[in-house]
Amino acid sequence: MKLTLKIWRQKNADTKGKLVDYQIDGIEGDMSFLEMLDVLNEQLINKGEEPVAFDHDCREGICGTCSLYINGEAHGPDRLVTTCQLHMRMFNDGDTIHIEPFRATAFPVIKDLVVDRSSFDRIQHAGGFISVNTSGNTIDANAIPINKHDADTAFESATCIGCGACVASCKNSSAMLFVGAKVSQFALLPQGKIEATERVLNMVKQMDEEGFGNCTNTGACEVECPKGISLENIARLNREYLAAGLKG
Amino acid sequence: MALDSKIPEGPLADKWTNYKNNINLVNPANKRNIDVIVVGTGLAGGSAAATLAELGYNVKAFCFQDSPRRAHSIAAQGGINAAKNYQGDGDSTYRLFYDTVKGGDYRSREANVYRLAEVSANIIDQCVAQGVPFAREYGGLLDNRSFGGVLVSRTFYAAGQTGQQLLLGAYSAMNRQIGRGKIKMYNRHEMLDVVIVDGKARGIIARNLVTGEIERHSAHAVVLGTGGYGNVFFLSTNAMGSNVTAAWKAHKRGAFFANPCYTQIHPTCIPVSGDHQSKLTLMSESLRNDGRIWVPKNMEDVLAIREGKLKPTAIPEENRDYYLERRYPAFGNLVPRDVASRAAKERCDAGYGVNKTGEAVYLDFASAIERYGKEQATVRHLDVNDKALVKKLGQEVIREKYGNLFQMYEKIVDQDPYNTPMMIYPAVHYTMGGLWVDYNLMTNVPGLYAIGEANFSDHGANRLGASALMQGLADGYFVLPYTIGDYLSKDIRTGKIPTNTPEFDQAEKNVKDSLDHLINNKGTHSVDHFHKRLGKIMWNKCGMARNAQGLQEAIVEIAELRKEFWRDVRVPGTQNEYNEELAKAMRVADYLELGELFAKDALQREESAGGHFREEYQTEEGEALRRPEFQYVAAWEFKGEPKEAVLHKEELKYENIEVKERSYK
Amino acid sequence: MSGILNSSIGRKFAMALSAFFLMIFLLQHFAINILSVFSADTFNEASHFMGTFWVVQYVFQPILILGVLFHFVMGMILEIRNRNARKIAYVKNNGSANSTWMSRNMIWTGGAILLFLGLHFYDFWLPEINTKFIEGDMSGTLANGEYRYFEELQHKFVDVWRVALYCLAFVFLALHLLHGFSSAFQSVGANNKYTRGLKGFGKAYAIIIPLGFIFIALYHHFNH
Repeated sequence: MKLTLKIWRQKNADTKGKLVDYQIDGIEGDMSFLEMLDVLNEQLINKGEEPVAFDHDCREGICGTCSLYINGEAHGPDRLVTTCQLHMRMFNDGDTIHIEPFRATAFPVIKDLVVDRSSFDRIQHAGGFISVNTSGNTIDANAIPINKHDADTAFESATCIGCGACVASCKNSSAMLFVGAKVSQFALLPQGKIEATERVLNMVKQMDEEGFGNCTNTGACEVECPKGISLENIARLNREYLAAGLKG
Repeated sequence: MALDSKIPEGPLADKWTNYKNNINLVNPANKRNIDVIVVGTGLAGGSAAATLAELGYNVKAFCFQDSPRRAHSIAAQGGINAAKNYQGDGDSTYRLFYDTVKGGDYRSREANVYRLAEVSANIIDQCVAQGVPFAREYGGLLDNRSFGGVLVSRTFYAAGQTGQQLLLGAYSAMNRQIGRGKIKMYNRHEMLDVVIVDGKARGIIARNLVTGEIERHSAHAVVLGTGGYGNVFFLSTNAMGSNVTAAWKAHKRGAFFANPCYTQIHPTCIPVSGDHQSKLTLMSESLRNDGRIWVPKNMEDVLAIREGKLKPTAIPEENRDYYLERRYPAFGNLVPRDVASRAAKERCDAGYGVNKTGEAVYLDFASAIERYGKEQATVRHLDVNDKALVKKLGQEVIREKYGNLFQMYEKIVDQDPYNTPMMIYPAVHYTMGGLWVDYNLMTNVPGLYAIGEANFSDHGANRLGASALMQGLADGYFVLPYTIGDYLSKDIRTGKIPTNTPEFDQAEKNVKDSLDHLINNKGTHSVDHFHKRLGKIMWNKCGMARNAQGLQEAIVEIAELRKEFWRDVRVPGTQNEYNEELAKAMRVADYLELGELFAKDALQREESAGGHFREEYQTEEGEALRRPEFQYVAAWEFKGEPKEAVLHKEELKYENIEVKERSYK
Repeated sequence: MSGILNSSIGRKFAMALSAFFLMIFLLQHFAINILSVFSADTFNEASHFMGTFWVVQYVFQPILILGVLFHFVMGMILEIRNRNARKIAYVKNNGSANSTWMSRNMIWTGGAILLFLGLHFYDFWLPEINTKFIEGDMSGTLANGEYRYFEELQHKFVDVWRVALYCLAFVFLALHLLHGFSSAFQSVGANNKYTRGLKGFGKAYAIIIPLGFIFIALYHHFNH
């Protein structure tokens, strides 16, 4: 198939970017979206032009490195997939595809389609952990039985890959789905309840300082999340936070 | 130079305890004055960084990804082994040790493997305490599944995302230390050389991948947890950025590289769909618990399938060849990975491959769906003879167990695996070889450690499923923190290591020269062009089956390709910016050297063992023929060119286990 | 605690609390207005009670006005902050793929409601305040001794343009509530097995109440 690509090109963080048009031919449905960009880059390199920079690593939808805002949606039009799992069979011959970086003040562009998501890391530094030493002198793993439903729900929250699609899709650039997922994982487990108050207060404080917007419950994050993290996580975050606020 | 593996004296079961009781410790006040560099933040590097920081050392951690959480350990699906014996099925430390040594085809070091089995139970305790949400049973206790090559259920898992959950656990432990200022994290940094001062590893040269700046970092010890080198094949299940550079630079600075030819080709991956393919996707080995592997018995069926005239579901049972069940009745579809992969290759080479390229076999869930469906129908008091109902109920069970994998398959292949068998083919997955280390996990360069997949490790010639996660975390959480203390106890009076010394100057100049050359070369072909060609040589001549002639050709071809690369590669852009092509070029340059050593190692190993299969050395039935005279670790010393590398042998002694023919029949 | 209210979640919580208050008020307002359709006398009595009972006038009325102002001001603050959270907009954004129009345009539907409130205050509230507190006439009656409330109500809905504006405003109100109702519950952390039912109820509320107001306006327009 033959496609017209409109790709955001930006030299570095300090320069202004713009959309640039590229024509590409010979794209097959079995290619992943990133393999399509590989083909384009190979052509650009052979023509002596600079290839398009984009983030990617595992290419199997788990590392959370790839991003891209494709035709107005984070990770493109398919559901429950990351960009690296998006296949070209979702597009038709002759289509025009807009490719932009994830946009948020807290995700500044590094180059072209590559953005800096270290704000997510800093939120995790603030409280995304259980304070146990890694000495191995912990109690036996089966000493505390955990209700299967709680364990499964905690797991579902923990499947967040930290890609930032929630922020990119949210009209407010809110990070609450991401933070809600992490807070939920620990809040649902007995091990995590001990520090629940400090954790949620510190993580929300950091989230606000990073310049993310405020959730208005549009639900876009849930729809675009490649791992299907549900809005319940945000509700739980709200509850945990309010409860912590009353205690603290 | 004789290799000293520094295995402690005493009976096997007491070695680790005795060792820990007799090592030197560092006083907490002195730990504050000691710096340690950890490169790589996967399960091994991440857990090591967190634990060392917690002990009080100043840790500098480096990863090329934009966050430590993205290291490729995250992609491990199936599970992590531990000798907990929660299922009461007869598991024990010894049995895990035995299975690992046997699974590795008697090519791993007894003492190391026993220690691994010994600390495995601690890992699960540790991870649960950290909030890792392992799968549980209704009673609230941890669930287990079984994996290929063993007869007990000792694998702990979190759906098909065990690696992710364990890595996030290690990442959370790191976050705690980053928040406390004990770990200084360097994201988007690539290590490009080790700096050796007075014979000891004292620092690294790293490139900031965002600005292109070359940085000097010093420390009292350097730990490499930089993973494997499967990407030397271009196509593998590794992440695009996974690379051998850190380990290879260490090798070039004197560290021995052990058993480079031991590569695990994983049997259940999604087949290659075309030339555009950039990587291969694994389907967890746990699928073999319920899936049956087959190809058609008759060639006319194979041809009809390839032409799209026949559907696999239309082939009757008697015309299917369940070749693993046929050849290995005791283990059936659960034979170890190396055996399953070779068997698939054997069928496809014989012409029975079921996709267009003839390189795919079926992994079929129809029987499991029927079995589970009937079970459910019985439990719910429904009609077990209602075929549609049974199928529906069975599919629900399969969805619960493997839903995410089935969805992944459907997205990639565009076929529904609930109703038609999956197509799978082996792909490069894990490298058992790596930097040679002693019992302390230290390379032969003092102060330079290698942990996780980066070392030549505990897996011998073949790794059992769910053992990589175990080894990474064992090294990082429980082994290295002790052994490195013994070494660092001699460094408490050293003080800060300066970076303005001739050694750092020289290492930095080396790195800059390479970068300058690549950027200014202005050749005619992209980095990927060379990487793909290297991959083809590796796959065709150093892949699932190897022979002397092919390996000799590979050595020559890779050397030529390397020359061509340095002469003709084109790297666009400049050095002082985000430049992925430049980063890739540096990695591929190292693969072009490693590939040659790989072939040389495979050539000298005139036997078949685990993942290394030499066509000249097989039994009459086509099974691997191991030879006692090769019962050693091949550790290579760098001498300027890969082909001039000098072989050092570490003999492997088995005192607690009888070396037998490895049979899964 | 003050730190909590300055946080993103605190603001969101406050927004939800004021929304709950306004939604309850709306229900009460509707309950009294609908009386006008059935019985002028009952409507008059209820209106007089509301207009003269001191608790309503001096306690609830100021709270209500503060509530409206708070909801509006906080809405503006959030909107400004949220816009700052993405300084460079997407060239192509396909919002309808993942969220409703209502959820993305609360600031506009809210703004329209605010404009309507201006008109509504001009129509009813200012004359009320004028009569009662400037002129000091607390009787609630016309010169003929009858209650004035029903009479004034019917008089306002004679003008077709005003009725059209009122109807349009109620459409905006419905749009605002279609997202706002369930959003408020989510903001206070209520997301559980009752959520589906609650969402259904919220939709019914968001459509029935404004539709009822439209009905009342049209009823009086055609029946004066």
